[in-house]
Amino acid sequence: MDIFLRYLQVFAVGGFVCLLGQLLINLTKMTSARILVTFLLIGCLLEAVGIFEPIEKFAGAGITVPIIGFGSNLVKGALKGFSEKGVLGILLGGLQAASAGVSSAILFGFLMAIIFKSRTKT
Amino acid sequence: MIDKQEYAKLVKEKSPKSREIKTLFFAFLIGGFICCIGEAVGDITKLIIPEVGKVTEGQITSCVMIFLGSLLTGIGIYDKIGKVAGAGSIVPITGFANSIVSPAMEYNREGVVLGVMSRMFVVAGPIIVSGVLASIFVGLVYWIISLF
Repeated sequence: MDIFLRYLQVFAVGGFVCLLGQLLINLTKMTSARILVTFLLIGCLLEAVGIFEPIEKFAGAGITVPIIGFGSNLVKGALKGFSEKGVLGILLGGLQAASAGVSSAILFGFLMAIIFKSRTKT
Repeated sequence: MIDKQEYAKLVKEKSPKSREIKTLFFAFLIGGFICCIGEAVGDITKLIIPEVGKVTEGQITSCVMIFLGSLLTGIGIYDKIGKVAGAGSIVPITGFANSIVSPAMEYNREGVVLGVMSRMFVVAGPIIVSGVLASIFVGLVYWIISLF
């Protein structure tokens, strides 16, 4: 029952975030690139003011799987770098923390684009 | 009683709204479901490697989710999901993967370097640039605050 409740929380928060995105699309006709950038910056903001952690405790993957989690990771890394290595750490930390996402996106993106040649658009 | 014209006007007023509510519903449903898959990937990771830390678990989860997003885009399923899910398929990290693979595949015929390698960052480029800039900005703000 405990695990069911946890997944319900993940589902509710993750779904709610996506619903906000859809609401933004419906109201402003934003393209997907702008939606992604907007939510990434929301994630940076949530992390910067320290709201992200408590939401993550409650929702788990419901907030880390949306691109919000990626933005929060970048800021978390930059702040960690700053506390460990000073000003230079601000430059080092961000991409270090996000490296798993960026590198795997480049690797899998490249492989899939090579393997699956473009299909004619229907 | 309302006549035909009024009825047509009424339909026009009502129908886009109900369609919008439907898109919201599917965005919620599919977006939430994708997040649950992410949670499940994390749980499975913990089962296989019990001593995995929270940070590593998150990294493995995002790698797996990006792999799934790229694969589903490659075999053409993700775009079909996206037609129904809207933001439900864009906002999760799988949508980030989709935004990389989709243009790269489309411009595959222009060659590996100028087609695949450069086009993969049509959408991902702005995301990485804005994210890195924002993280540096927040870091600088914290630095300035720490001076006082």
